[in-house]
Amino acid sequence: MKFTEEHEWLREEGELIIVGITEHAATQLGDIVFVELPDVGDTVSKDDEVVVIESVKAASDILAPLDGEIVEVNEALADAPATVNEDAMEGGWFFKIKPSDLSPMDDYLDEAAYKKLIG
Amino acid sequence: MSELKKTPLHALHLELGAKMVPFAGYDMPVQYDLGVMKEHQHTREKAGLFDVSHMGQVIVQGASYEAAALGLERLIPADILGLTENRQRYGFFTNESGGIEDDLMFANRGDHIFVVVNAACKEADIAHLKAALESVLSVTEITDRALIALQGPASEHVLASFDDRAADMRFMDVATLDLNGTEAWVSRSGYTGEDGYEISLPQDAVEGFARALLAHDGVEAIGLGARDSLRLEAGLCLYGQDMDGELNPVEASLSWAIQKVRRTGGARAGGFPGADVILPALERGPHRHRVGLLPEGRAPMRQGVPLFEAEEGGSQIGFVTSGGFGPTIGAPVAMGIVADSLHIPGTRLYGELRGKRLPLTVAKMPFTPANFKR
Repeated sequence: MKFTEEHEWLREEGELIIVGITEHAATQLGDIVFVELPDVGDTVSKDDEVVVIESVKAASDILAPLDGEIVEVNEALADAPATVNEDAMEGGWFFKIKPSDLSPMDDYLDEAAYKKLIG
Repeated sequence: MSELKKTPLHALHLELGAKMVPFAGYDMPVQYDLGVMKEHQHTREKAGLFDVSHMGQVIVQGASYEAAALGLERLIPADILGLTENRQRYGFFTNESGGIEDDLMFANRGDHIFVVVNAACKEADIAHLKAALESVLSVTEITDRALIALQGPASEHVLASFDDRAADMRFMDVATLDLNGTEAWVSRSGYTGEDGYEISLPQDAVEGFARALLAHDGVEAIGLGARDSLRLEAGLCLYGQDMDGELNPVEASLSWAIQKVRRTGGARAGGFPGADVILPALERGPHRHRVGLLPEGRAPMRQGVPLFEAEEGGSQIGFVTSGGFGPTIGAPVAMGIVADSLHIPGTRLYGELRGKRLPLTVAKMPFTPANFKR
């Protein structure tokens, strides 16, 4: 698993990458009340705003970590956005992307480096 | 930026694990370990303790209550003279263009009037009071007392365990109680839509009393985050968002706070800043209104979201002044200013969020029923 400095986690599943936010990020955001996901079939570029997370405090954007096509989104979050707080690393995933360029993966952090980042 | 001020409960907030944020020049707790959602629900179900010591406490005094009341009526369009002893009322300072400079609570405490104003406005308010009244009345900022609020259905039971006279008070009553051996100025009021009390007590006694309150099973410390969602569900305005110097009280849907005696035809009609704007507006109705808004989806619509009458095209007809998620409602809630004729409950409008127009409905406030002990 890899991590971005924006507190996203990226997990490989075959040729797809599953994207979510870390437990640390979810805790910092506070109680999450709404998640706006991209549409399946959207073509996105790295650093596009693809997900909006609304917590009781504020709205935050999640950036696409890679170029590619969105092939699946976590529909369950529409009715249960709090899953992101309760199970950020598994059930709280946002989308699966079919990457067209995997090279940024090399620059992302491994778990040890991410843990160091959040102290 | 100068250094943030601290309330007398600052050390206790840190000890309780609060997340602190700057607010109106003070370092204040936005939430504790429970988090905003649970703090909100706890206050609706049991009792929440809020530190509101950053707010301004002022005593206005003259030769008599009547003298002080008539002085204050020159700045506030409310019936202050007619307020019974040991009762409190809501009001606001107006400006020459009819806008609201700050909102406040004032209480008849026998030989003086006790006024509580917003933290962000207190310096300006006190300067305003002194400039207008100091030649005839004394205006004293109380700087040696803290202010806390105990809110929620368990509040009466908890406060009466310190002084049983707390249970005899009705909504908007004020009294001097003996809390833990300390003289406390108490009103049965708050900013959550729940029953509860606001309590002014000496700075050096507040931490001990707060700890004694928190020792009760049903009492939790509640931060500014839940304070905002609680007041929003209760339909209560926040100065600087839902009303300001540009919006008159009629537009802000606060006409109810201007009693008949101060309106056209009343015995003490007018005589406050902006009366020439506000009195006609009371007669003919405003061109825009503050209303409650319920977004239809799950996406919160926050302050600044522009409002439209149609899903496509047309010009902007209003904007959201406060919005967020209502934990008790379980859905987003908002307040906004909309043009006249679009303010009727049930009217469907659209808020433009991230480039998309999403439906919302004008709704009656409060969103959650008020649980005051009338």
